[in-house]
Amino acid sequence: MSQVIADLKYAKSHEWARLLPSGLVEIGITDHAQHALGDLVFVEVPEAGRALEAGAACAVVESVKAASDVYSPIACTVVECNTELASTPELINQDCYGRGWLIRVKPASASALEGLLSADAYSAVLTAEGG
Amino acid sequence: MPFIPHTEADVREMLATIGAKSIEELFDEIPQNLRAQGLAGIPEGLSEMEVGRLMSERARQDGRPLSFLGAGAYEHHIPSAVWTITTRGEYYSTYTPYQAEASQGTLQLIHEYQTMISSLTGMEVSNASLYDGGSAVAEAALMAARAHRKSKSPRVLVPSTVNPNYRRVAISTTGNQGLRFETVPYQRETGCIDFAALASFAGQDIAAMVIQQPNFFGQLEDVDALTDWAHEQGMLVIAAVNPTSLALLKPPGEWGIKGADICVGEGQPLGVPLSSGGPYFGFMTTRMDYLRSMPGRIVGRTVDLEGRHGYTLTLQAREQHIRRGKATSNICTNQGLLMTAATIYMSLIGPAGLAQVAETSMARTHQLVTALGRQRGVRQAFAGPRFHECVLLLDRPAAAVLRELESQGILGGVDLSGDYPELGSAILVCATETKTDGDVERYANALGSALQAVRAA
Amino acid sequence: MNQMLEKSIFEYSRDGRGAEAQHPPALRGAVASAAKEALGAVPAALCRKSKPMLPEASELDVVRHFTRLSQLNFSIDTNFYPLGSCTMKYNPKACNQYAMLPEFLSRHPLAPDSQGQGFLSCMFELQEMLKKVTGMKAVSLNPMAGAHGEFAGVAMIRAYHRARGDLVRNEIIVPEAAHGTNPATATMCGCIVREIPVDAEGDVDIEALKKAVGPNTAGIMLTNPSTLGVFERKIEEVARIVHGDGGLLYYDGANLNAILGKVRPGDMGFDVIHMNLHKTFSTPHGGGGPGAGAVGVSTRLEPFLPVPVVGREGEGYCWLAETDRPQSIGRLSAFMGNTGVLLRAYIYMRMLGREGMSRVGEFATLNANYVMARLSSAGFDLAYPNRRASHEFIITMKRQAKELNVTAMDIAKRLLDYGFHAPTTYFPLLVPECLLIEPAETESRETLDGFIDAMVAILGEASSDATKLKGAPYTMPVRRLDDVRAAKQLELTWKPVDSAA
Repeated sequence: MSQVIADLKYAKSHEWARLLPSGLVEIGITDHAQHALGDLVFVEVPEAGRALEAGAACAVVESVKAASDVYSPIACTVVECNTELASTPELINQDCYGRGWLIRVKPASASALEGLLSADAYSAVLTAEGG
Repeated sequence: MPFIPHTEADVREMLATIGAKSIEELFDEIPQNLRAQGLAGIPEGLSEMEVGRLMSERARQDGRPLSFLGAGAYEHHIPSAVWTITTRGEYYSTYTPYQAEASQGTLQLIHEYQTMISSLTGMEVSNASLYDGGSAVAEAALMAARAHRKSKSPRVLVPSTVNPNYRRVAISTTGNQGLRFETVPYQRETGCIDFAALASFAGQDIAAMVIQQPNFFGQLEDVDALTDWAHEQGMLVIAAVNPTSLALLKPPGEWGIKGADICVGEGQPLGVPLSSGGPYFGFMTTRMDYLRSMPGRIVGRTVDLEGRHGYTLTLQAREQHIRRGKATSNICTNQGLLMTAATIYMSLIGPAGLAQVAETSMARTHQLVTALGRQRGVRQAFAGPRFHECVLLLDRPAAAVLRELESQGILGGVDLSGDYPELGSAILVCATETKTDGDVERYANALGSALQAVRAA
Repeated sequence: MNQMLEKSIFEYSRDGRGAEAQHPPALRGAVASAAKEALGAVPAALCRKSKPMLPEASELDVVRHFTRLSQLNFSIDTNFYPLGSCTMKYNPKACNQYAMLPEFLSRHPLAPDSQGQGFLSCMFELQEMLKKVTGMKAVSLNPMAGAHGEFAGVAMIRAYHRARGDLVRNEIIVPEAAHGTNPATATMCGCIVREIPVDAEGDVDIEALKKAVGPNTAGIMLTNPSTLGVFERKIEEVARIVHGDGGLLYYDGANLNAILGKVRPGDMGFDVIHMNLHKTFSTPHGGGGPGAGAVGVSTRLEPFLPVPVVGREGEGYCWLAETDRPQSIGRLSAFMGNTGVLLRAYIYMRMLGREGMSRVGEFATLNANYVMARLSSAGFDLAYPNRRASHEFIITMKRQAKELNVTAMDIAKRLLDYGFHAPTTYFPLLVPECLLIEPAETESRETLDGFIDAMVAILGEASSDATKLKGAPYTMPVRRLDDVRAAKQLELTWKPVDSAA
């Protein structure tokens, strides 16, 4: 069973979002997603400053057998990207909720995270998908 | 039954295993009204002996005239070993090397090819081939538009000194994705890109520029200055080159200050027979920076479970079977067998041999042009250095002169009046290392009498 | 199988060595001075300064090296390939020998038609035969591979709508089980892809299709028999729905072998098709190519065919190009496509003839249903147990993956040890842990039985010794390779330092 962390918010497309004390939001892919992809070999992240609609493709994660778009769970502007992933994409496999974060963004509205799934609701999605 | 090994007993027993009464019953899910009623109009089958005779007769009809045609496909000596080995069943009838453990021969060969063609073009990485030179230019234009980090422009500069058929292929391949090709004229004295005309594009947002070296006329472009100019304008540079010429000419990776960004070309001169236009292969090399935007298969070296070196297809997530609608290209089947022939050709001919092929071709063309130029009513269209082709202007219509030559068993050149009407009566001629003093002399004499015949008519 | 690995060709290289019989003769007399003049005219700035890294090896070393490398490959000439969706049948030697007659090989692509009537007559007759076996009205031989044919097909669909002044049709519908080339092609043609599901029995979900079709529909791309190895039974209804809303039907010819001589795509209602001559018409796969992806069309699409096509002119044959076909989608290759491949397909079709061609679909289907019946009774799970196999079928290892931790990949790799190439694995994507098996008509019953025995033996190993399967193959030149390392520590060219490793 994939790991789901209680205090994060989730999207059905298997991204997580964490509200940082600074007011920025950190975004990554879930344990379920990294497991389904397998060993990651390449990660493409957007440039800082890019504005994203909710649901917009904002990054690509690639393993030897699959490549998958990552969608921004919220409307936002990219502030910072995880540059470590360029040389060590395996951080996502090793620590997807920590050092394997993808981008930090400034949400378009303060209430942006409210529409996302809770940990329980996301776990229910995974159960329904058979994972 | 030709190529079907089943005996009557086999069929009977196999149907019994399936639980069907007849082979016909196996098609019972197909609506009756859709079933084909025989294949009227297809001839009866032939034995191998009969088909051999038929094909020999057809081949004889085509003859083997003395040819001075080039324009993108070149007659070169092909060592006997090239096709003896290439047509071994283990290369000829093998599948795409997806099962790496059962395909180490093909995979290592591709890796060796990538090494050779990267070095020849002065670039860092290569794919395992595209369809041909024309489609490689089209894919390079799409790749440049995709890979450009700053420009989202759909505009690509394609000088009129680029092979007109390459330009046609590029337009029909990329038009539906919105790429726009804009022509740059050539200078009448040199047959090279007109720098003055380039100035009108300065400062504009354009994704890339294609530079063909040697250009379609056989003339040598000032590639350093062109590359630097395009880079100053923020364009990527796509080099389209003849691989034979690279034994002598500066490789695209060294053009100008930064070098070209993508290099493509027609691989046919490297051991592939003319064969009415195909199968040939397109090659594509690039810098490491643009690797992930490159279409086509790529082989990498790695290790197996026991730590031994081995080869495998890699970076496949760019390709259609994984990335589907977001792939770098829809290409799947490539021109593997031709790339195989080219790898064996390059191994046999070596750096010294390739340089000799290039030098001899240049020399024979120079000798030919000098000899033809002695005939009344023949002169060179352009001044300046060239490789192994040359445009000649005739004082009588090219088509009529070429027809006259053909009746003497000589294919004298490619008529340029369709694509370059401003040149008047012009032909593109080519001589490679396959031509002798006698061949040159024969053509020169024939051209004299052909012109005379056309004047008289 | 040769257990020895072969060193790199560059390790045979020594400065100053070469296969000198292959070099052009030394220049003497007039041509020598021509060389001096021609080379002297080239400015130094345009010249190469360093020697390219090509091997400097003797002819014998080169011959040995590439012969040894060849021995590390599986091939049809040495092994059975039950490779779904790829139709690996015998490539008759005659096709190669007679396509390589010196007159064919030496003909320049721009030689006049008058110097190629023999060759052109073969091309014209090939066009005619392909029309007749597919039920289409016109054929262009230009595209150089299946995906290239797909590109031509979708480009023609777009050109057709545009010529009618209908500029909004830019959506291509594909079933979710489609080959990856289908959506990739639609994208290359500037279209939007709409995927639709298939139902539990493998047919297109008609309700989903009805919802997807509309005023923006350019067309639908279908393979029939589908990539699931079953005949699309509702094809006529699909055609009615798509045509009814103004869209066109595209036939992906990857599986044409299944129905050759039995059903014609033209009769099923398809407007445009491509044929993989390297599958159905037995031209070689060549380790990844060349292929040939001839396209066939109905009358309304004929003006848009890619040029050149071969026409008749009095008693003779000629190429028809842009000026003869002003509405053409244009040129897709610098010259005339993969003509040498086309010659091989022509020879194959002449050898089979009318009756031989009808037998292709019949015996391909017999072989597939036989292997399916025997594997099913041996305990393998069929993905579509209620259906006939076409020329191929799918087994799924989902149960074994769960119960025994043995995957389709493990089965595939273990098969190599038994001397069989792996079936197509993990395609189509919607069947978990699948093996797509296609035993072409040229395979004998004994070969099929040998393959079935190997599959049964491996299934036994899966229960008794699953770890053995995980480590397979054991008898190939290399064991399983580290794909992750290959993608992360890129070694895409050979480096001299490697020889020390």
